[in-house]
Order: sequence, then structure tokens, then C-alpha cells
Amino acid sequence: MNETATTPIAPDARPRLPRGVRLVHNESQGGWVLLAPERVFKADAIAAEIVKRCTGEATFDAIVDDLATTFKAPPERVRADAAALLRGLADKKLLEL
Amino acid sequence: MQTQADPRSAAAAALRNPLGLLAELTHRCPLGCPYCSNPLELDRRADELDTATWARVFREAAGLGVLQVHLSGGEPAARRDLVDITAAARDAGLYTNLITSGVGVTAKSLGALADAGLDHVQISIQDSEAKSADHIAGYDGAYVRKRALAAEVVALKLPLTANIVIHRANIERIDALVTMALDMGAARVEIAHVQYYGWALRNRAALMPTREQVERAVGRVEALREQHHGRIVIDAVVPDYYARFPKPCVGGWGRRSLNVTPSGRVLPCHAAESIPGLEFWSVKDHSLRDIWESSPSFNAFRGTAFLPEPCRSCDRREIDFGGCRCQAFAITGDTKATDPVCHLSPHHHLVEEQAALREDVPYVYRRG
Repeated sequence: MNETATTPIAPDARPRLPRGVRLVHNESQGGWVLLAPERVFKADAIAAEIVKRCTGEATFDAIVDDLATTFKAPPERVRADAAALLRGLADKKLLEL
Repeated sequence: MQTQADPRSAAAAALRNPLGLLAELTHRCPLGCPYCSNPLELDRRADELDTATWARVFREAAGLGVLQVHLSGGEPAARRDLVDITAAARDAGLYTNLITSGVGVTAKSLGALADAGLDHVQISIQDSEAKSADHIAGYDGAYVRKRALAAEVVALKLPLTANIVIHRANIERIDALVTMALDMGAARVEIAHVQYYGWALRNRAALMPTREQVERAVGRVEALREQHHGRIVIDAVVPDYYARFPKPCVGGWGRRSLNVTPSGRVLPCHAAESIPGLEFWSVKDHSLRDIWESSPSFNAFRGTAFLPEPCRSCDRREIDFGGCRCQAFAITGDTKATDPVCHLSPHHHLVEEQAALREDVPYVYRRG
């Protein structure tokens, strides 16, 4: 069993896309896509808003606050959704925490 | 997020935008791997596209919706203009992936490639034991050079994939191979069982593992994935002679990707020239969009309407598109047949018979 999927993300973690992973907007492919080694992931609007904020500057707490404010959403719900997404990306080596 | 690789999401889509372009910059290569995916008849250096033409092809590809370009060969570093070609691909807005043997790229040229915006490096490595690796590559000292280049890639913080082609000579070392990839600092490793086209088809008897070996290898990959979850991504290319269903080759003919040969012919897949009677158009005469939409070869097997039974009434026809056209032709002589790898194919016994033809003969090395 792996435990990583349920490991929480530290409030002061500064998530960032590693070199070789890029979020781009592409009309012909229907919106936001995350480009990675030999892989292409379609990102829905919510995922794109989360990943856009993973610059390596902002802490996870700051990202959650920003998202909750911008989209007027309950912070704890935002935290859970963002954590699940970022943990999944990190497990696929698409994000550094 | 979901991967766009899911074939079911586009069930009846007629004409989609391609996602990937395989740019075979040259067929020249210092190595002689007996499973090389290049055709038996190699393009000559004098016929290779120039830098400006590749730059145009990349712009046209981006305009067509292509997101990623795979700079491949042969050995792409055999081109002196590789840095300019890479920069042109980035300028066109493409994600650039270098697929290299690791022999011919120097620390200096790698630095220039990184500065040009290279996104990812894939290095092929033949085995975890130097002597065996060099024997498979047909090149003394290849293993050491590949490991050295991998270290340079990691030092530049470029993402690294180790590509390991699996066959009878290394299939018992799956654990050691994954450990090697971890030691190299790779974030991703491809455990790619040989696909039997071109040079590999010629060397099939020397390369073919047994069913028991394949089953053990598949089991080890599963276990190692679990063990190294979050540390390294293990992707596997299935050993299809022992599969029950065929692979959706290149994600469906004329559906997701294009392949441009060194001299500019555009193919639906890298082995498509093994199918007789197909008319391939060249980027020298047509735009990439024109080729994608209208060339006879791209339209030859698009969709599933051409498929006979058992595919026609099969629930999987929009998942695997009847499998691989090149393999159907190579084994049954009929380009439209169900890929005989499928256990439902009336020709499946041919695959079983050919898998049983194993012989310890010397490799016929790819040379050219």
C-alpha cells in the first residue's frame, strides 16, 4: 500500500511545477493542458486555477486563501480539493512540494 | 484532470487535432541496436531536411494543434544544427523532447540545448550491465557514455526518462533496470518490450522472450510501481505477442500523431512505410495540415469503417481500432485484417507459432 495519496500538504509548502512541466492554453485542444514528459493532461478550469498558482513563491496556505477569496468558496473545501489535486500531481512527478 | 490518451473519449470523432509530432531528424546513428525502429531502408544524409524546413514544419504543426515534438532519429545529435532545430521548435510554442542514444550529445551541446529551451530528455539504455548493454548496442563504451550524459542532464535539472527496450537478453533483470533508472536520477522509466517491426522483425528469433519470462516481467513491473510510487514513474510498453488484445497503435491511425522522416515524408506511424501501396506526401510539396487532412496514407485506415470481423461487431473497436496495421500486414499479409495479436483474430495462431521460434543466433545489427 502507498500512503502518499492521503498525506496532507504542509501549510508552508511552496508547490511548483518542475522543469519540463508546463501549463499552457491551447484553443485547438480545447483549453488548458498540462504538458509533461511524453504526456499531456487536460486540465479543467478549476485545476488550471490551482496549478497556475503553483509558482514556487506562494505557500499552500496562501494559495488556498487566494482561491477561496477569488472564487468565494469555503476554505476547507478548497483546501481538500487543492490538496488532492496537488498530491496526485506530485505522485506523478508533475509537481514539487 | 484526465489524460487525453483515453481513446474512448473520442469514440466516433472523425478528424481530430494531432497532439504529437515525431521528428526523425536523421537516420544516422552510432549504435546498431538489433530492434531499431528505423526502416531497413534508411534515408541518406544528402536527402535530410534543412533547418529552415524543420522550423516551418514545427510552425505548421503548432498551427494544427500539436503540443509536443519528439526530436528523434537515428541519433538526433548527428545533426550539427540540433540546437537551432530545438530552438525553432520552442519558438513555435512546442514542448520539446529529445530522444537520444546518449552517444554524440556532449556536456557542452546539452547546455546549449537546455538554453534553447529543451523541455525533456529521454536516453535509451540497453541493459544494467555494461558489457551486455554494449553488446546489444553494438558499440563499445556506450553504457558508460550514456550514464555520463544522464548525470549531466540531472545536473542541469532537466527531467530525464530512461528508455529500456526489453527482450530475451535483459528481461530477467527488470528489478536491476529500475534500480539503475533510479540511480541515474530519472523521474520516469519506460520498460518497453520490443515491438516486432523493421530491424526487430528481422531479429525476432534472437530477441523473443518466453511467455513465462514475459509474465514474470509484467509482475515485477507491477510490484516495482507499488514499491517506488511517488519516486519514479514506470511506464510499460506491453509485449504484444503474448497479449490477449492488440494495442491501439499510435492511439489510432491518423488520430493523434504524425511522423516526419529525415527526408520529409509524413507517416501516420514510424513503421507505416512497411505497408505496400500507401502514398505518402512530403512536407517539401504540401503543408502539414494538407497532409493530415487529405493525404491518401492518413485517410487509408482512419476510423474503424474499414475493419472486418471480428472487429466490426466488437465492443473494443473504438478502444484499439483493430490494433496495428503494420503488424496485421507483416503477419497476415492483409493490411485491413484484425491485428493477429488479438486472441479473437482468425490468424492468432500465426502469432503463437512465431513467438515459439526462438533461436540463439547472433544479432543482425542495424547499420547504415
